[in-house]
Amino acid sequence: MSTVAVSPSEPLSEQKERSVVNDFSIQVATVNGSGSQTANSVLMRAIFQMGIPVSGKNMFPSNIAGLPTWFTIRASRKGYVGRRKEVDFLVAMNPETAREDAMKLPSGAALVYDEPLKLNELRGDLHFYPVPFDKLVGPVCPEARLRKLVRNMIYDGVVAQLLSIEMEEVHRALVKQFGKKKAKAAEMNWNAARAGFDYAAATFAKTDPFRVERMNATAGKIIVDGNSACALGAMFAGVTLVAWYPITPSSSLVESLIGYMRRFRHDKETGKATYAIVQAEDELASIGMALGAGWAGARSMTASAGPGISLMSEFIGLGYYAEAPAVIYDVERVGPSTGLPTRTQQGDLLTTAILSHGDTRHPMFFPCSPEECFEMSIQAFDLAERFQTPVFIMTDLDLGMNNWMADPFPYPETPLDRGKVLNAEDLARLGGFARYRDVDGDGVGYRTLPGTHHPAAAYFTRGSGHNDKAQYSEREDDYANNMDRLAHKFEVLRGRLPDPVVELREDARIGLIAMGTSDYAVRESRDQLLEEYGVPASYLRLKAYPFSDRLLEFIRRHDRVYVVDQNRDAQLLGLMRLDLDAALIARLRSVRYYGGLPLDARTVTDDIARQEGL
Amino acid sequence: MSATVTPPPKKVNRLGLEVLSYKGGKTTLCAGCGHNSISERLVECFYEMGVDPLSVAKFSGIGCSSKSPAYFLGLSHGFNGVHGRMAPVATGALLANRNLLGLGVTGDGDTASIGIGHFMHLLRRNMPMIYIIENNGVYGLTKGQFSATADLGSTLKTGTANELPPFDCCALALKWGATFVARSFSGDKRQLQAIIKTAIAHKGLSVIDVISPCTTFNDHEGSTKSYSYVKDHEEALQELDFVASFQEISVEIPEGEVRDVELHDGSRLRIRKLHRDYNPTDRLAALTLLEEADAKAEVLTGVLYINTAKPTFTEMLNMADEPLATLPESRVRPGRAALEEAMEELR
Repeated sequence: MSTVAVSPSEPLSEQKERSVVNDFSIQVATVNGSGSQTANSVLMRAIFQMGIPVSGKNMFPSNIAGLPTWFTIRASRKGYVGRRKEVDFLVAMNPETAREDAMKLPSGAALVYDEPLKLNELRGDLHFYPVPFDKLVGPVCPEARLRKLVRNMIYDGVVAQLLSIEMEEVHRALVKQFGKKKAKAAEMNWNAARAGFDYAAATFAKTDPFRVERMNATAGKIIVDGNSACALGAMFAGVTLVAWYPITPSSSLVESLIGYMRRFRHDKETGKATYAIVQAEDELASIGMALGAGWAGARSMTASAGPGISLMSEFIGLGYYAEAPAVIYDVERVGPSTGLPTRTQQGDLLTTAILSHGDTRHPMFFPCSPEECFEMSIQAFDLAERFQTPVFIMTDLDLGMNNWMADPFPYPETPLDRGKVLNAEDLARLGGFARYRDVDGDGVGYRTLPGTHHPAAAYFTRGSGHNDKAQYSEREDDYANNMDRLAHKFEVLRGRLPDPVVELREDARIGLIAMGTSDYAVRESRDQLLEEYGVPASYLRLKAYPFSDRLLEFIRRHDRVYVVDQNRDAQLLGLMRLDLDAALIARLRSVRYYGGLPLDARTVTDDIARQEGL
Repeated sequence: MSATVTPPPKKVNRLGLEVLSYKGGKTTLCAGCGHNSISERLVECFYEMGVDPLSVAKFSGIGCSSKSPAYFLGLSHGFNGVHGRMAPVATGALLANRNLLGLGVTGDGDTASIGIGHFMHLLRRNMPMIYIIENNGVYGLTKGQFSATADLGSTLKTGTANELPPFDCCALALKWGATFVARSFSGDKRQLQAIIKTAIAHKGLSVIDVISPCTTFNDHEGSTKSYSYVKDHEEALQELDFVASFQEISVEIPEGEVRDVELHDGSRLRIRKLHRDYNPTDRLAALTLLEEADAKAEVLTGVLYINTAKPTFTEMLNMADEPLATLPESRVRPGRAALEEAMEELR
């Protein structure tokens, strides 16, 4: 349900009986590869620069050029940045989808479209704004081959005029987008935007209720995608070895990292790199390199998505048993194979938690925002070295590839935690060490790095068949003791993970649990439940696995607890089933969405209302 | 008073280490396994070359061959990884610490079947390390199945003949970028020593394919990887002498044409041709030679190729001189100004 602001100062004519300010979503339907990304980014940024909370979501096909793509910009004065199910304002540029897109609009929506498409013939309950794009683009772009690209900028001008987006901000956003080096391109695009604005101003009488109004809710904020935030986090975590294999939606994480590392991680005097980045032959090699490097003492990482994570399975088990650190980013998507690789999902939770054969358990971080991508990256590298184990950062396509408003990332104030590593001096003092002995009671043994200059430094690293001195053993007691120590280590690790975010309401009978990008929809849904049904709900957002004990307290406090999953099989709830006792499991209910789009609040609210019998 | 007996002075290498410092645990492989001979050669060569065992890292995959790193260089760290994927683990570790001397030991199952993709990419990168293939044409730990290096027509103990052509790991190595390529026989002590020492001195990727008979599953009549078959069909390309940089050249110059190859560390490989006039810096000639030997059912051994000029992967990456693994925080975490700059761009 959209929030409607009625402005009493306006005359209540039939067309203008309501005015919807800073609370709507604009969808732009284009063809993949037509260069619409620039126009969409500029539009989003212009609204952001006017101080209005905004989010942008790109829904694109697995294709380089030619298939339909939709970009949705949501402006929300209340700061809701999750996907909105309803489209209020459509810019229909793609002849292939224009009719279907127009038919799906709710009554009263506004529609900017390419005039020859004649969408006004389809239905009568929309606000139509036909624009002759081809006629307008000629004068502003003499070069015919560039027209396809510049054409899109015209709709920025049209939309700006219709929604009262300040053209100064469009101009600023354009200049930022193109940079100083591409001043000529910026000028051409600016002329196109102006042409669109002028055309709209001269032609249209505004009949729709949507418009923006300057606010002050974005001052000091940045716009960034989650993948870039992870990249920055990894760089400031001091990553030294990156091994990767390209896969949507994680490729841009490493590409962004390469860009940053080239700028900030070369020695000023010698020009030499304080890192190595290897594009490996496959994901098996990526994780193999990361574990080899982690074993040798580097801060190592790889980034992938579900299909690649599946391939890493055997190596991850070895990492768990050989106790080699590495950080693995899993930017989740729909899979496998030709399974909607450009759509979002949280479908790897269950498999990743226990990835590999035998008894294995892996810690996972669940960032929900760019800020957390940055912060948790730094925590993950520390945790991996402290506990000598592979650590996963679970993001998804929605977080990784879409642009989000965020607060600037704070500089990490705590020094790197390099974990328990014995150097030659330590060994001289101690006389030796037992690699897998639990000296400190935390399940974590001391390790040495290859190249340590002491005759007692070396040990031979294998899978699970070893005693606490890292000697080969197939003895029953050695194996069981090692397994128990690893289990204990995992328990200790549980206490070092970030606590969940808990928002309790004393009057709430029901609770909601979510993780990662589900947060936005669930927060909004929580407001909807209260506003529309008068049902208060508490909320717990998990930040990591293994789960905190606060999860148990939360479930105990509520009669029914809805666990929100962006997958078909209720994987987050499934993980809880593995950990919790039956009495608590009985209180859990499932809300699931698995259509490949970012979760929206309406879907959550409707499902909970149905289950609650509201 | 009992008479004090002065023990004879212990024999040590240039680092003052005894050969004991290069040994490992007791082998658990079968008696007579070719792999044990290779382990012995490794002990001798690393000892005689005076390599610091504390700066060596051993890597292996899965299989009989991959167990062997536990039986030599006990003072060196070792990582026994997963089947077929020694190369990536070694790559990661050696990039993390460029000062390590990487020694990889795998088998033909590891290299030519499950891990052939990783092997090919290791070649392509010229990753600086020693890569030894203990090649017996058969899976030993799983009790005697053919591997992808088994020759056409070679039989199993059961009499089943191999119907698919083998991969020649040396030909792959030549084609795709290794900079030192040699084949040897576990029973040829002298040749194998010279080859291993050359690999230790070589700065790029050394691939050594060592025919190493499996006494239990592949040493019978009808096998082309048996001791007797290899002895009968071995055709040594050259007579090899390795002269380490720290040794005085006291080796007698043998008769016939001698070619010296100077290695990165100043050592020299002295190559005396035997039956053919062959230039081991000519990659194309090496490939031709392998084709010819194959047609004649010869097991051609010796140095096939050496290239001391090609840049290694480590060099290409333009990394800091010190190991990445232990760079201090001040060098791996950029300062506040860098973060502020990155944030400003996103505002």
